[in-house]
Parts: sequence; C-alpha cells; structure tokens
Amino acid sequence: MSIFVDENTKVIVQGLTGGQGRFHGVRNRDYGTKVVGGVSPKKAGTDVEGIPVFASVADAVTETGATASFVVVPPAGATAAILEAAEAGIEFIVCITEGIPAHDEAKCFNTLKKHFPGTRLLGPNCPGIISPGKCNIGITSGDIALPGGPVGIVSRSGTLTYQALHELTQAGIGQTTCVGIGGDPVPGTNFIDCLEAFEADPETKAVMMIGEIGGSEEERAAEYIKAHMTKPVVSYVAGVTAPPGKKMGHAGAIISGSQGTAQAKMEALSAAGVSVCLNPTEAGAKMVEIVKGL
Amino acid sequence: MDLFEYQGKQYFAQFGIPVSPGGEADTVDEAVAQAEKIGYPVVVKAQVRVGGRGKAGGIKLANNADEVREHAGNILGMDIKGHIVRRVWIELSSDIAKEYYVSFTLDRPNKVYLGMLSAEGGVEIEEVAVSNPDAIIMLSIDPTVGLDLATATKWVADAKLDEQAREQAAALIVQLYTCYVDGDCDLAEINPLILTTDGIVRALDAKVTLDANASYRHPEWEVWSATDTEDPREAMAKEKGLTYIGLTGDVGIIANGAGLAMSTLDVVNQVGGEAANFLDIGGGANADVMTAALEVINADPAVKSIFVNIFGGITRVDEVAKGVIEALKRVDLKSPIVLRLDGTNAVEGRALLAEHLNENLVAEPTMLDAARTAVAMANGR
Repeated sequence: MSIFVDENTKVIVQGLTGGQGRFHGVRNRDYGTKVVGGVSPKKAGTDVEGIPVFASVADAVTETGATASFVVVPPAGATAAILEAAEAGIEFIVCITEGIPAHDEAKCFNTLKKHFPGTRLLGPNCPGIISPGKCNIGITSGDIALPGGPVGIVSRSGTLTYQALHELTQAGIGQTTCVGIGGDPVPGTNFIDCLEAFEADPETKAVMMIGEIGGSEEERAAEYIKAHMTKPVVSYVAGVTAPPGKKMGHAGAIISGSQGTAQAKMEALSAAGVSVCLNPTEAGAKMVEIVKGL
Repeated sequence: MDLFEYQGKQYFAQFGIPVSPGGEADTVDEAVAQAEKIGYPVVVKAQVRVGGRGKAGGIKLANNADEVREHAGNILGMDIKGHIVRRVWIELSSDIAKEYYVSFTLDRPNKVYLGMLSAEGGVEIEEVAVSNPDAIIMLSIDPTVGLDLATATKWVADAKLDEQAREQAAALIVQLYTCYVDGDCDLAEINPLILTTDGIVRALDAKVTLDANASYRHPEWEVWSATDTEDPREAMAKEKGLTYIGLTGDVGIIANGAGLAMSTLDVVNQVGGEAANFLDIGGGANADVMTAALEVINADPAVKSIFVNIFGGITRVDEVAKGVIEALKRVDLKSPIVLRLDGTNAVEGRALLAEHLNENLVAEPTMLDAARTAVAMANGR
C-alpha cells in the first residue's frame, strides 16, 4: 500500500498550460499517474499533449471525477488556487510553488482547517509525493525511486529527498511512498501526519525521516514517535553547521536564538529511539541494515 | 530582510504607529544637521542589526551640537559585536516613565499568529521569559480572524500595563498588528514601547523582519534592500541572483537545493574541514548560473578548494556538466574543483566531463569522498 495516493488517484493540474505545469504534468502522466485534466480559465477546451483543459477546478472535477490536484501556479495566485480546489471538493492538494508569502500560507492553512477539514494540503514549496510504480505528483524524478517498499520516506528538503531515494534504490531497497513536506514555515502536511500514515500502512515496515534546522517540527515528531511508532525510524537532520540567524535557503530553515538547532533535534530524536545519522549516506546504510534485519 | 531600527520606525510610521521625530546620518556633519532640525535634547543611536548596542556605548544623549558631534564621531565606525556602525539615527529624546514590550510573530507549531505583551519591557525578552514568565501575556490569533480593538483592550489590561497607557497602547497594538500582517513582516517587535512622563505611548525601538517572499507586492521595500547585505560576498551573489551565505572556512560550496547545500556543509565539517559559504544554485544549473556561482566563490580570498555537489532531480546532470565546462572557460579559477554529480542523466554528465578532468578538476563518486578530497585540497594535500 501507499499513503495519501495510489494507482487509482485521479489528478488534475492547476497551471497545466504554463511552462512548469506542462513539463511536470506531462512527466507525471508519462510515469503512469492518472493525470485526467488541467485547469486554465483562458485555455478551457484545449488540451496539453492529450490532457484536456478545463475552465475551473469545479468543471474538471465534474467531468473527470478527480480527487487530487497538483498546483503549479506562481506565488501571487497559488493560495487562491489551493482554496479553489478545496471548494471544488478536491481531497488531496500538492502545491510545489516556492516563494509564497508566509501570511498567505497562514491564512490559507487556517481556512482549510476551518472550512475544508477533509482536504489535505501537501506543501507549498515541496517536491511532491511519489508512490513508486503507482503515482507521482510533483517534481521528483520517477527513475530514482524503486517500487515495492518496505520503506516510507518523509522529508522537508527536495534534493535530500532525492538523495534518500537514491541511497535506498542503489542498495535495492524499495519505497512505499516518499513525501516531501516542504521547507516553508507553514506546511500543510507535517512530519506527524506522515508518520501516522506510515505507522498505519501495513506495507511500510520502516521510515526514513529527513529534517532540517528551524522550527520545532522534528522535536514534535520525536514525541510522536516515542509515544506511537512501533516501526523503526532512521533520521538525518541537515544544518548541524548552520550559523544562527541566517536563513539557509528555505524560508523555514533558520536558527532563531536557541531554537531550531540541528543538535537539539537530533537529541530529541535519539531520545525517542530513532537511529540518528550524521549524513544522508550513513542514513541510507543504516536503513539498509534495518531492512535486511526485518 | 532585517530592517535597521530607523527603517523599522519609518515602516511603523506608514501604519500610523507613533514614533519619535528623527533622521538618519552617515557623517558627523549630517548628524549635527539632523539634530538642529529636530531640536535638543536628542539621542544618537548606532544603527546595527545586533542587540546590546546601549551597553556597547552605541546610544548617547546629546544636549547640543558639540555633544552630537562628539557622540556621532565616536559611534560612527564603532565595532559592536563584529558589526561596524555606518549610520546613526538622531531622534528627539524621550522622558521615559515606563517601558513595555510587544511583538507579533508566527507560532509555527500551531500555525497561527502569536502576540506577546509585557509590562516589563526595555530588557531582553528572553531574560524575562526565564526570570518572570508570568509577566509575558501570550495571545494566540487566528490569521483568518485578526485582532480587533476590543481584544487588544482586554490584552493590555491582562498584561497590567499602567492605566493611563492602556487606551493608547491598545490602539497602537492594533496598528502594529496591521503592520505585521499587511506589511508582510515575519517579526514586528517594539522593545521598549514607552509611556512618557507626559502620558504619551510610542515606539522607542523597532525590530522588523520582512518576508522576502512578499517583496513582489511591496515596491516600497526597494529602498531598504540596498542596505540589506553587509558581507561583500553576499552582495555580489545577490546581484547575480544566487542564494549565498558567507561563512568562515576555506572550502567553497556549490550545491543544488537548500537541503543538499546544508548537508554539504555538514559533511565537509564531519571530515575535518570548514565551508567558506552556503550557495544554493536552485534548479537551473546552466552555464550562466554555474559561471556566476564560480565567480562569486572565486572572489573570496579565503577559498582554497571548491566542492560542487549536485543531485539532479529536475536539474539534469549533463546540463550541469556543460555548465561547469563552459564556466571554466569564462572564469580564471584560483582553486581546484571537486565534483560530485548524481541523479538524472548522471552517466551522460560524467562522460561529458571525463576528458576535462585533471588535477584541478576532480570527480568523486560519492558526497563523502568528494568532501574528503575537497578538504585535503584545501589543506594543501
């Protein structure tokens, strides 16, 4: 099994007719994902390499029965696109847009929480989700993932997600689902949401969690793991050498005062029984060892 | 983007928040001219993005032009915790009766806004949080609801601000909230918020961090972005559109993606080296981006070796390889390069580079191997 998506998930792409939307939407379709439509108010009635374009999410849902949406819309319009999808009844929204103002994200998240509790948002500013061999929504390159499980991956960073997939695939270890939750301060889906889903998924036998400096999501995840996880977790936290007060590329990756250091996160995870590794390669090797011992 | 105090106050003023009249000055003569315009007594305040300037001698009272001259002369050029003072803010002195604290920021775990208010201002709020946590009254605000005057009025009473300050403080707090949200701040903090001896409430200091993601809808921020970068390496990188942070080591780093770039610093550190910078080239690793990245790193005299760490996802490694080859033609590099290329089209990329490899352009199969080689090169092997 996989989490959040599977081989039957029908996906529409909001922003399919833009450069990025076209590239990734078609790529996801070619991977085998059921990309059933696109949304572009001005280009309704046309198609993008055979994918029909609709005027609104509501129209697309009516015509195709889509339950998931891939939002590839520039920052100024991204949260409106997310809310349009929620209003049309979409249950799972992946937004890869980077550079959305934090206040827009905070308002959008709280609107979803209050008015659309059945909708899950992944991102913004994330690489998306891939369940190898079944469904790929986002910008992850499908060929670095290996179907069949038994490892679930959850990560705040895009390239480190690829690195983690690569380490496991190279060693012949497959993945059930790989979720990139994104590096922004207000992620729609957080570590705990994913850990909970992996814990409940019978095919996932172990979880790789990749964190980074900033915020306290890793510490909260550690508390959750300690209290609820029966499956082994391997973790790596990027930014041990990051200086305080500097945003390390991601809007959320900043050490403020004594908060958000990699050291504190690693200690919290270790105390929760997680195998904490010092770099992605070590984490990959540790996971191989764990999977072989299952 | 962190604003200087004077910029923060200018921003506050745009939202109607009362601040003392003042003006900025880069020279002693300008400081005197500003003081003459404002009227005495004035306070000469060092403009640095670091706390503790008062203790360091960066804030002085001046009763006349001679005193302004003396203090501005001392403060301009002063080194406060590694920050050189290039500008002072001259403002009308305030007779302080009481000092309070107020701020708004994002409560990340709960994904709502957090307001903090205290009747014990003028000291480090982190110290108050430890010594007397009950003196800070927290207010959780739903971003879809906002903060109204009635809530602010109750809040100032809960925080036990002096009776005579409450009405003005509540109004000011709503204005500060508006500045925080509509002004797209990550942080809007006033410490101290003062009550003067003649019963006026106003912001005596301003700590504002702007959300760079919102700059597209704030053309008025343009004037401040020039003063945003103090490190000349960072200024150069910014000009070229790169995400760069200067550090103190000798291994120059180029990576794609913020996470991988951070991880690269960590790995260099683990094998006994120290990175000279953080540089994320993002998704577009073409020849122009790679040239720009190498130029920035090459301009740093501390750099002794360069570690290029790329994991192609959307970024294609063959494009990166072409970028490196092209960049090498354009930039006269002072340091050797170690490459680690993996991911999409890595085989093609490595093949392209094969004939260009030599003692100053080395390829390694893994991130760890590449880090070891880069550190060895920096140490003169």
